[in-house]
Amino acid sequence: MAKLTIDDLKKIKEKTAKETSLRDGPASIKVTVHMGTCGIAAGARDVMSALMEEMATADRQDIRVVAAGCMGMCSSEPNVTIESESSEPIVYKLMDANKMRQVFKRHVLLGEVQTDFALAKM
Amino acid sequence: MRELSLHILDVVENGITAGGNCIWIEVKEDRKADQFKIVIRDNGRGMPVEKLQNINDPFVTSRTTRRVGLGLSLLAAAAERCEGALRVDAEPGKGTEVEATFRHGHIDRAPLGDMAATVTTLIIGNPGIDFVYSHWIDGKEFSLDTREIRAEMEDLSLSDPVVVHHLAESIRSSLKELASKQGLSGP
Repeated sequence: MAKLTIDDLKKIKEKTAKETSLRDGPASIKVTVHMGTCGIAAGARDVMSALMEEMATADRQDIRVVAAGCMGMCSSEPNVTIESESSEPIVYKLMDANKMRQVFKRHVLLGEVQTDFALAKM
Repeated sequence: MRELSLHILDVVENGITAGGNCIWIEVKEDRKADQFKIVIRDNGRGMPVEKLQNINDPFVTSRTTRRVGLGLSLLAAAAERCEGALRVDAEPGKGTEVEATFRHGHIDRAPLGDMAATVTTLIIGNPGIDFVYSHWIDGKEFSLDTREIRAEMEDLSLSDPVVVHHLAESIRSSLKELASKQGLSGP
């Protein structure tokens, strides 16, 4: 039986050991990817994968990622909400992997709201 | 939904919304018997029997934001157009089990798609929830249990995107190997 073996885990560990430090500090930014049926059908999984890759390269300890359900605006899915201490929550609409990368690099890391993709302030 | 793995992602999110803290995902491919089966089980709050009777009705939903819920109806339609069926078993307080069957070689069967992305999306988006994923292709099995991984990882965390990114790669190559053993060209 093929199984994700302890060896595989060790390899993952080795690869990550130098890149990682503890991520248990307080979160100052929360990124929510809305993953209802509508969001998933519209491509929320690709958005989440892109976000994951960007997080992996950025190595910031204070960013939390959460999957949430539909928020009732299915026509603008995939939606992503970014909440940070420094500004009000921003909902982004019609996201895809590239837009997610841009929003991550500009808004999450640098605090510049990407108004072109924004749906609303909350 | 273009991929069955997206249906899986969707139904698993249902299970999490139903209060489950551990979700079992089983994919069974048997090409000799021409069968493709997906089973998703959670230990959430389950459902009363009268709810189960019209489970495929999109206007039956427990949500309060809207009166329509499409997730299971879409999966039922996907299964039925491939000469398969959707079955839902639930008991209040004991969780829910969703089983979708397909004819493996049916021309309308959507490809399974990127299961590694589905599993890692679930892991990263739902910290605190455990997932057990088993995949059989013609009797050979691949499995992953986040409870075991968490126990093995010691100082590393499954909410760490670097770890999860590598985990995705590892799942992808394991599944590829599983499929190639059988002389199958990808999922």
